[in-house]
Amino acid sequence: MMKDNVENKVGVDAMNTKFSAKDVQVYYGDNHAIKDVNVEILDKTVTAFIGPSGCGKSTFLRSLNRMNDTIPICRVEGDILLDGEDINAPQVDPVQLRAKVGMVFQKPNPFPKSIYDNIAYGPRIHGLARNKAELDEIVEKSLRRGAIWDEVKDRLDAPGTGLSGGQQQRLCIARAVATEPEVLLMDEPCSALDPIATAQVEELIDELKQNYSVIIVTHSMQQAARVSQKTAFFHLGNLVEYDDTTTIFTNPRDPRTESYITGRIG
Amino acid sequence: MTDATNTGSIYEIDARTKKRNAKEARFKLYGLIAIGMGLLFLIALVSTIIVRGVPAFQQAKLTLEVALPAETLDPNGARNPDDLRKVSTFGYSPLVDQALADALAANDIDNPFEDVADLRPILSSSVAAQVRDRVLANPDLIGGTSEFQLLASSRVDGYFKGRVTRDSVARDNNIDAAHFDVVDAMAEAGIISTGFNWDFITGADASESRPEQAGIGVSMVGSLFMMFVVLALSLPIGVAASIYLEEFATQNRFTDIIEVNISNLAAVPSIVFGILGLAVFIQFMHLPQSAPLVGGLVLTLMTLPTIIISTRASLKAVPPSIREAALGIGASKMQTVFHHVLPLAMPGILTGTIIGLAQALGETAPLLLIGMVGFIASNYPDGVAAGFLDPNSAMPAQIYEWAKRADPAYYERAWGGIIVLLIFLMTMNILAVILRRRFERRW
Repeated sequence: MMKDNVENKVGVDAMNTKFSAKDVQVYYGDNHAIKDVNVEILDKTVTAFIGPSGCGKSTFLRSLNRMNDTIPICRVEGDILLDGEDINAPQVDPVQLRAKVGMVFQKPNPFPKSIYDNIAYGPRIHGLARNKAELDEIVEKSLRRGAIWDEVKDRLDAPGTGLSGGQQQRLCIARAVATEPEVLLMDEPCSALDPIATAQVEELIDELKQNYSVIIVTHSMQQAARVSQKTAFFHLGNLVEYDDTTTIFTNPRDPRTESYITGRIG
Repeated sequence: MTDATNTGSIYEIDARTKKRNAKEARFKLYGLIAIGMGLLFLIALVSTIIVRGVPAFQQAKLTLEVALPAETLDPNGARNPDDLRKVSTFGYSPLVDQALADALAANDIDNPFEDVADLRPILSSSVAAQVRDRVLANPDLIGGTSEFQLLASSRVDGYFKGRVTRDSVARDNNIDAAHFDVVDAMAEAGIISTGFNWDFITGADASESRPEQAGIGVSMVGSLFMMFVVLALSLPIGVAASIYLEEFATQNRFTDIIEVNISNLAAVPSIVFGILGLAVFIQFMHLPQSAPLVGGLVLTLMTLPTIIISTRASLKAVPPSIREAALGIGASKMQTVFHHVLPLAMPGILTGTIIGLAQALGETAPLLLIGMVGFIASNYPDGVAAGFLDPNSAMPAQIYEWAKRADPAYYERAWGGIIVLLIFLMTMNILAVILRRRFERRW
């Protein structure tokens, strides 16, 4: 059907593929939200999902760590492979999967606990630290990776909800990296932030790609162009085009992509 | 724009706006009237309760020097407790009568009665027992003279409070106006005085003929035992059921039916729970009648829907973003609920629980059906009301019992009991508010 839409001119190095989706369908009840999506997502790369509202990019993102399991009417078909292993296989525990595939949400959602406990929660439940000293180390390392250490190092006991919006979002990113995931999913992480905070988060994403495969859903085409190396354009549940970011923005093959990036649809 | 209303000066208020403003002013007025009426009813209620109930906390008492001769109280002289016990209250009554007569003589009060026993209507019929109890507890008092604070009879007590007048006793077989002459003189001499009545708060129920002795303390213990049972059962069951329904159960026809039925259960009249408790707990399971355990079980059935509904509401109020955040970093469903959702829902759950308990504390109808109206005339812990399986009463049931009795002195006690009950309920409601304020966290 729509498989031809998936264009992969650069040629994906099989060793370098993190996520591989084959004929993925997602249904919300009777509503066919994602149709025949095939995509190879690379390791140590920032991949942007763009497209108009309701095109299914968030839905697809949420099926990558099985967050859709929490929605009773949602059904996922097709294969999604993480390092060659099917994440929807019956023996896979979604809890274990989510420790490997971290997620950052649209609205900053720190726990109503201290900054320290926000970060330490994940390592604690996964048993990543054997003692307090190790936990302290993880917290500091994560906050440094979240580019927020300098701002909060003197008030780790302050509530995480008391930070500004941008700080909260970086705290959430730090919290997500504290469990040492291999992939970081970001669902419009900057939509609730002002331009300065956005710039800080984008800078952070750029650093994160050295260690992780980052997948970011965004409404801002400028943002996609700034932070990502690969871009996927979704439209009405179809993956219309997937290519190097520069190609998508300068020389899109599909007329729908061109219409979207030039502002005629969406 | 051709519409005239939009072209005029804004300094001139047009007819339509005037009409709308008048409508709004009228609506505000209705609201004020409604609130005013509510307040009026509240004031009427509270003032009635206070005016009628406060006298129950006052009690007239006589201070008498009672001689305790060894020859009548302990003929053997061995102070053997078993021998002392053989002297009944009939042995003590003449001693108290004599003490009263002596006190009158000592204060130059004219005693119109020839027989000292004719003074008895002034004293409560419980005074002989009062003296006997103290002597049995301290046998050393025998042979000497001791000062006793003895209860005045309910008529004399009522005379001081204005409930009983000389006119009203004209047809009363228990007491004469002549007694009141003596009482007036005694009050002047300081033999009889009115003070705060702790025994009303801590004491046990008393027989129909001695309301001055009755207290709400024992039924308070009964209510307390019931509340333990209700809290220990309804909080864990209610919270577990709500968490399962809200967080784990899949939405289907079966859970829908359960949900509707829980709401229906909350609307079932309490007397239905009472008759259910009678049939199931007493007639089928053969648990003892009048026991706080059974009362607690029945009230648990009644309280469960309240707790489930309020717990589910507070679980629902926790923003889904918190659940997503926890799930997103690999917390299991149960970790998400117990580490994040439940702590945030706790203030709401506690409030619901306390309000449910307060409801249960004030419930009367189901208790009447399972016989939680035991007549317990001895104090905790030497009474029968010592445990969960011993017969007892509960505060609202006790109030109902008192209100039923013929003597107006009991009617006064019933109002006093209502004050005690209301103080408990208000304390619980205030506690609920404080807990909610204290633990409420923003996110």
